[in-house]
This record gives sequence, C-alpha cells and structure tokens, in this order.
Amino acid sequence: MADEIVLAGAEGRDLTKLSEFRAGGGYAALAKARGLEPAAVIEELVASNLRGRGGAGFPMGRKAGFIPKPGTNPNPTYLAVNADESEPGTFKDREIMRRVPHRLIEGCLITAHAIVSRHVFIYIRGEYLEEFEILRAALDEARGAELLGGVTVVLHRGAGAYICGEETALLESLEGQRGQPRSKPPFPAVSGLYASPTLINNVETIASVPAIVERGGAWFATIGAGPASTGTRVFCLSGNVVRGGNYELPMGATIRELVYDHGGGIADGRELKAIIPGGSSFPVLTPDQIDTPLDFDSVAEAGSALGSGVVIAIDDRCCMVQLGLRVAQFYMHESCGKCTPCREGTRWMVALLDKIEDGRATHGELDLLLDVCDRILGKCLCPLGDAAAMPVASYVDSFRDEFREHVDAGSCPFGGSSSLDRLLAPVDQHSLHPTVEVPA
Amino acid sequence: MQRSLYEEIRAVAVQYPDERSAVLPALRLAQERYGWLPPAAFREVADALDVTPAYCQSVASFYDMFHLVPVGRRLVEVCTNICCGLEGAQGVLEALESELGVRVGETSDDGEFTLRAVECLGGCGSPTIVAIDNRYREGVRADDVPALVTELRGG
Repeated sequence: MADEIVLAGAEGRDLTKLSEFRAGGGYAALAKARGLEPAAVIEELVASNLRGRGGAGFPMGRKAGFIPKPGTNPNPTYLAVNADESEPGTFKDREIMRRVPHRLIEGCLITAHAIVSRHVFIYIRGEYLEEFEILRAALDEARGAELLGGVTVVLHRGAGAYICGEETALLESLEGQRGQPRSKPPFPAVSGLYASPTLINNVETIASVPAIVERGGAWFATIGAGPASTGTRVFCLSGNVVRGGNYELPMGATIRELVYDHGGGIADGRELKAIIPGGSSFPVLTPDQIDTPLDFDSVAEAGSALGSGVVIAIDDRCCMVQLGLRVAQFYMHESCGKCTPCREGTRWMVALLDKIEDGRATHGELDLLLDVCDRILGKCLCPLGDAAAMPVASYVDSFRDEFREHVDAGSCPFGGSSSLDRLLAPVDQHSLHPTVEVPA
Repeated sequence: MQRSLYEEIRAVAVQYPDERSAVLPALRLAQERYGWLPPAAFREVADALDVTPAYCQSVASFYDMFHLVPVGRRLVEVCTNICCGLEGAQGVLEALESELGVRVGETSDDGEFTLRAVECLGGCGSPTIVAIDNRYREGVRADDVPALVTELRGG
C-alpha cells in the first residue's frame, strides 16, 4: 500500500536482509541523523507529534525531551524498546519484527543518538521465538556492517508475563526480577533502568522514527487525522472477519473501512454484534459506532480508546457474559498481585461472571459486579486493574439485557451455541500440575 | 567440547551493566539443559550470578514459560484468548486432547507431549495459534489436528 511508513517496501521483498533493506534506502536516515545535533532530532520528533503506539499514546518527542541532557546526570542513559506485545488482539509488533527488523534497529540507533545513549535493550516477549531469531540475525548483520557506531544493542527475552509490557514492570524484569510495576514518580526518564534515565518506547513507535528523520516531522504531521493523530497505524484486525491481519493505514481510517473494505466484512454472513477497539483492555463499541474514525480523539469520544490499534469484530454468535468471563480470567491470570484491588478484584469478577453465566446469580450480584469494577478503577499502581474493570463494566452497560436474561432465565440464553462456549482459560488448568517420571 | 551451564551463563551475564539482569536468560539456559527447572538448576544459576537459589525460584515462579514441574519432551500450547476463541480455539484444544490422548494441563503417559492452554500469543489475525515448542502454527482448525498430530508423532 502506498500509504505505508512502518511496513513500507516489505511487499514482495525480503527486507530482513541488510542488502535488500539498504537497496530500498534503509539506514540513510541513520546517517542523516548522526549528522544532526541530538536536539535537532528531538525537534523533528516533536514536530511530527508521533504518539506512542503501545497503547498510552504519549508523544515520543516530548518523552525523549524529558531525558536529562548530557552532563546533567552522572548515570548513563538507556533506551528500552518495548517488544513485549501481549495485549489480546495485538499482533503488529510481531509483524514489524518479522518483516522489517532493520527498520526497528535503525529507529533504535537514531533514537539512541537523539537521547545521547550508547545502550539499547530490546525487551521481546519470550513466546516470540522466531521473531527473536529474525531480529538477532538482522542485528548481527547490522553489527557486521559497522552500523551500530559504538552503541550496544541487547536483545532481552521475556518469559511469559503480560504485565511486563507495562513500562516499569518491564524495567523490573529487565533487571532480573519479578515483573511487578513500580510506583511513579519517579518516572523512567529520571530513574528507570538501574535507577538511570531511561526512554521506553514501543516497537511500532521506534520503527516510525527513520521516516520522520528522512522526510521531516512536518511531513509526518500531514499524514493522518489532524495534529493529535499523525502518521499511520499498523491496525490489527481480528475476530469474526473474513480476512484478519495487519493493515497499515493513515490514522483516521474508520472501523467500517478496516472491517469491510480491508477485512472483507463479517465471516459467514453473520451480523456484527460488538467491536472491541484498542485491545481487550478497552470498552466495547456497538455496531452503530462502526463509522468511528480510528484516531486518538474519535475513539475516545466514542467511549473507548485507540490503544494499540486493534479492532476485534464480534458476531452475533458470541455470548457477552462469556466474553466478559474470558477477559476477566485473562486479567486475573496476569495480575502481578501487588495491588489488592486488582489481585482480589479480578478474582471477584471471575467468580461473579461465572455465576451469571451459569444462571446462579441474582440481579444484586450483577450490581455487585459493577461495584467491584468500580472499586478497582483508578485504585491500582499500574493500568492492569483498570484494563480488567473497564471492558467488563462496558459489556454490562452496553449489553445489560443479555446479562439480565442470564439471571432471569437461570441459564445462558445461548444454550451452548455461543462461539466462546466452554472456552478453557489457562487459569482453569493451574491445579493440574503435569506429572511425569524423570529418569535419574 | 560443550560449554558448561556455568560458562554459558557467564557469557550472557557480561552483556549487562548489572549481572542480575541475566537471571531470566540464565533460567532459560538451565531449562534448556534440564527440560524443566529442578532444584539443581536454581543452585547452578544462583552460583553463576551470585544470587540465592531462593531468589531464582521466586523469579522463575512469576513467569509462565518456566516449568517448575517436569513437562513432556514436546510442548503443545493452544491460545484460548478471545480472538482465537471466537474462531474455534476450544474445538482445536479438544481435538488435540483426543488425538494426543492427554487432558489439557497434563503430560502424556509416555512423557512425549504436554498440552497447555495459554494466553494470547499475538497471532490474533490468523486464529487458532498452536505453538509447538514455541514455534507457531497459524490458522489451525480442529479439522487440521489429526494431520498435525501425525506429523508430530513423526508419521
């Protein structure tokens, strides 16, 4: 697609190879950036208004500007790249690392120059084995071609913990600890990795940097949906659609365009019932909101969030109570246990949703579920608690009749035909420790 | 000559300004040796990084990919998060249970396969994702499972 920035040139070419990437102009932006003062690179990032692609949407140029200038802090400065993509519905960083690993590496090196850092850590989720291997091979090639310029780039693999995508949990994990979030302040820009100034950015954000340096922040800002939502997004389309996948489009493309024009619409001629934008952490939208543009402000006005650029389309076979239960089980499983409202609240949510789905709940317990969500919201150190409470509360709000029907009928109205029926969550198998005789 | 676990861990540790950062990679190296993390693995990692075995065990217990109990030689994991779930992950899981002859969360009697349900693997656009020893098979349907299991059994 002509509009591509992050995945540009990868169609029909193997850009994992350094020679191919360079043939398409790769690493030219790095040379250009190194000819500029670091502050000038940050100015371009500010002018571009590139906002974080990991979910929070914080402007990258501003965040880079918080890093202390050389000589003002005795500690070294670090760049940590968040490649711990684990938000359900999100699979764009994986594609970026698979197809354009050198663009990520180039972005890392430019960013390191901008913040005068000589140490880059890429924290890649442990499950992404093949992506790690591709990135490692690309990095070896870049190192062999002497492109690193004295910067060390360490690929650090996670080991299976959603919470490590939260930036301070990522730092804890990178320091060899349990991945439990830190309280902020201090913010990582002041005291991050090894208590030193640290810039943390998502893979897609960093992979957008070379184009900004090459063509200018002002150019980047002309793409997208106005000054608050510049550039493209690699949108992750999944659920009950004909063609799920990643589609890089300018910010502001509508959900309808993504689902119908690119994704081929809802599979098997079914009816669209619900849309989850942003990832499983965010409130659900209803089919009447299908024309919502996918930019930061529009999705927020619609009552949800753009998050990591996700659209999960859900058809009419899905029981919303089962959806809520499965989402709550995920957050219960991934809660690090540090904050009581999240650790205990997610368990309450699962217990109540299980009861509602089973038809054993009262209307009072439906209210109790909302009350539990309310007691989690805004009361935890990191966003994981909110990420559990917000979507589930929204399912009840938007599909209250369906929840009430479970209570009134004393059973699930889908009668076993829901697409998520009996879906087994990993939490359900924890009591089943695998046993096997190991030879001495 | 093959390097010792201690030497492998030391080679990784020097990449980091603070060697404690190497606990995760060291635990992975140990798990590759033993197949899981027995008490001896924690002692060896602790020795190489100058931390305590209890510390290593505490860290390992936080992360899903570390096995604190023995698992089969092949690890078969099925994503059952919502995107795969909407497109038939439960059917894939049940087909694997039946073809492998093992319940979810358990290991086959011959010690060959451990079957697990896991959280989102980041392949939501091509459900269902089945990871075999961490290598993804995408777009797996319940119908595909018999052939997949035949392949895994070397048939």
